[in-house]
Amino acid sequence: MGKKLNRREFIKIAGMGAGGLAVGSSFLKPVSLFGQPVSKEKLLTSTFSEVTPTYCEICFWKCAGWVHKKEGKPWKIVGNPDDTHSNGRFCPRGTGGLGAYTDPDRLKTPLIRVEERGKQVFREASWDEAFDYITGKMNRIKEKYGPECMALFTHGSGGGYFKNLIRAYGSNNIAAPSYAQCRGPRAEAYLLTYGEGVGSPERTDIENTKCLVLIGSHIGENMHNGQVQEFTKAHMNGATVITVDPRFSTAASKSKYWLPIKPSTDLALLLAWINVIIEEELYDKEYVKKYTYGFEALKKAVKHNTPEWAYPITTIKPHVIRETAREMAAAAPAVIIHPGRHVTWYGDDTQRVRAGAILNALLGSWGRRGGFYAPSKAHVPKPKHPAYPKPSKGWRDAFPDKYPLANLALSSGICDATIPSTTDACSIKGWIVYGTNLIQTLPQPEKTIKAIQNLELLVAIDIMPSEITGWADVVLPECTYLERYDDLRISQGRMPAIALRAPAFEPRYNSKPAYWMAVQLAGRLGLSEYFPYERIEDYLEYRLKAVGSSLEEMKKLGVKNLPLEQELYFLNGEDYEFATPSGKIELYSDTLAEYGFDPVPRYKAHEEPPDGFYRLLYGRAPMHSFGRTTNNPLLTELKQENEVWINPKVAREWGIENGEYIRLENQDKVISNKIKVKVTERIRHDCVYMVHGFGHRQKQLHRGYNRGADDTRLITRVNVDPIMGGTGMRVNFVTFRKEVA
Amino acid sequence: MRYAMAIDTKRCVGCADCVVACQTENNVPEGYCRDWIVEETIGAFPELQLEIRSERCNHCADSPCVRCCPTGASHYEEGGVVLVNHDECIGCKACIASCPYDARFVHPEGYVDKCTFCIHRVREGKNPACVDVCPTHAMIFGDVDDRNSDISKALRTRKYKTLIPEAGTEPHVFYLL
Repeated sequence: MGKKLNRREFIKIAGMGAGGLAVGSSFLKPVSLFGQPVSKEKLLTSTFSEVTPTYCEICFWKCAGWVHKKEGKPWKIVGNPDDTHSNGRFCPRGTGGLGAYTDPDRLKTPLIRVEERGKQVFREASWDEAFDYITGKMNRIKEKYGPECMALFTHGSGGGYFKNLIRAYGSNNIAAPSYAQCRGPRAEAYLLTYGEGVGSPERTDIENTKCLVLIGSHIGENMHNGQVQEFTKAHMNGATVITVDPRFSTAASKSKYWLPIKPSTDLALLLAWINVIIEEELYDKEYVKKYTYGFEALKKAVKHNTPEWAYPITTIKPHVIRETAREMAAAAPAVIIHPGRHVTWYGDDTQRVRAGAILNALLGSWGRRGGFYAPSKAHVPKPKHPAYPKPSKGWRDAFPDKYPLANLALSSGICDATIPSTTDACSIKGWIVYGTNLIQTLPQPEKTIKAIQNLELLVAIDIMPSEITGWADVVLPECTYLERYDDLRISQGRMPAIALRAPAFEPRYNSKPAYWMAVQLAGRLGLSEYFPYERIEDYLEYRLKAVGSSLEEMKKLGVKNLPLEQELYFLNGEDYEFATPSGKIELYSDTLAEYGFDPVPRYKAHEEPPDGFYRLLYGRAPMHSFGRTTNNPLLTELKQENEVWINPKVAREWGIENGEYIRLENQDKVISNKIKVKVTERIRHDCVYMVHGFGHRQKQLHRGYNRGADDTRLITRVNVDPIMGGTGMRVNFVTFRKEVA
Repeated sequence: MRYAMAIDTKRCVGCADCVVACQTENNVPEGYCRDWIVEETIGAFPELQLEIRSERCNHCADSPCVRCCPTGASHYEEGGVVLVNHDECIGCKACIASCPYDARFVHPEGYVDKCTFCIHRVREGKNPACVDVCPTHAMIFGDVDDRNSDISKALRTRKYKTLIPEAGTEPHVFYLL
């Protein structure tokens, strides 16, 4: 047990070590990306419109930009040229961010449920009534069960205030679906291998790479702005792109190699690549010798994983596997096996992502130009508050022997811990759900609803009505990011930077900022001391002053880039101690062995679709952020509904025509909403694909309601990653139903 | 001076940012657009090619829409930009019928509307909104009469095509291949 490295220890180590990530908080001058001093006034004088700085909240990339008004009215949002997330160019969702503000379906005033849960009968309430209701229930839960029985689910910028609130209240049950339903396996795989994560925005040096390997990552369809820009740059500079995907994605269409792999067999391909790299001695011998641990054990473990072994599993021909492995080696160390982002696919996801991490190590790409750089992050102190009370139990107690290497709380775990039948060790009684529509973000929605039925309090805080707000006891309407201040954006990147979000408009309706809500709730719960500043402006001034800036300055700059205080590339022969038990990159993991997991990833076959069924794959469209934008007036115009992609051979067999509507039925007889068919050569015959986030059941979403189908409803089964509890969701199979009436 | 646009199909990922940037910049009413995305797949699994294009009015040098307009509302502006004078437009839709690119629509306020190459921005020395927003820098706007402009350089160094050249309208939106 002692060897486990948790995230706090990692941060401590990283802060002290040679490759330290923290940047001093000295009084620093802003630098522009082009080496020129930034003119504070340039944007204000160059146009007749009024501008306000913001960073986007339509997705997690958080690009900084300017909100323009014309004659006092909302006009447009454009990127801030000094921002490395966007380089001055927003993606369609950011450009369409005004739609979040103008959407007439927004939540307008606090609501309190008056009939049974899920019936969606609410009465309008004042903020005071809503807060009294919530704090009354929270006090009762604390008395009756203990504060640990409250949980918070969160996604988005305002989540931090509620995290502070719920910790002050005495609970550590704080989960984000972005961990167990998305990138958790990636975090743990890289932590196990390198002692550090990949982070967000990813520390991939795509713009300088010579070879980029994408495994299911559909860059361009997932519009992670800076990454898409770098991808294009690399592609135009002649980088070799190798895309592994059952679907001819946009990225595949830009690739030199498209490997239309049989779904669920990616790990076999990765092991075969490792095998070729080792057997043909294409690995970086010096790097491997100096920086890695367990090479001989790895070599032995993958001995049998030849391209010929992988061929019948993956359907990728041996000569293609060899050729692509040699391409990677030829480009090394400027090569990236992309770690992916949404990686909860099959339940062995930590191992699959780790295989990619190992391949990166063999090619010597970690810490090298064109591989993975050392990210920097601005260090901006927060005002002090009393220590949080120590919770006596947590969600983990509900799963005593499970998911030993999970470093963050599992949202699916908290959901399970709310259903009393699982265990009594920590039964959750109250949820605060901030900015995440759990009915669409957690798999097995019927289970989520079952958990909700056992709650004594469910608070949903959101901008838009959604499925989860329909189940809530109290709904608190937050104003959009364009109508509020928020905490500074301090994310990692090639250089440390801070960005400000200031309100461009007054909040519409009776909506309020999350910070204000958290402060009000804290006051009523007797926890005000945890929020030293009642007004967020004062809180921001405190933080900005600590780095030699101010609200006034940041309103003019929007983004402040701070000087880089460390090298981007740090493994060119320098001594380096990794934050792993061996101090090296762990090709072989003693930690995994200790817990009874494979110390080197091993391929195990997954269940295959029965006759007449097809594996359900899902993904992203560039103009939507999951289900959060599928009612945005500007963005729904770009894509109003999703389609199900079906191979022409399969469509012929079933007599299905392009453009017709069908329904999908999964292995558990769950039938989808009707969905339009896209018959296309761009997908294999053994799977179907749809974009996630459509098929809303919330009638108050007038644009999104009933448009397209919701993949989550068909995800009634998951394979849980035993290492960290991620829910593998690409394990559901569907067939076609032609009755759509 | 001859304004034109080149759209790099190698760079374009079809994200439709150009569409929404145009809508906000030009206050295009909900349900309408002045530019749009076309994806064309060629071949059969697994030998496939995908071409993604951002399309709009081609600002043709020999524009059927200008020729057929009974009131002269459709006309050429500086640099060959084809515009519609809203006040002179009677909404007869002759131009809509004549356009081989289906680039025009009737604005709810009763006149015909379409891409203007953001002439209001171009006159201020800026690019059209779609060009400036494009995250992958897939669009180049400029003067093809100026040998040193980026667009001239691109058209000299890259293979390109126009859409429906057989219509003989001399379109001025070029697609880099």
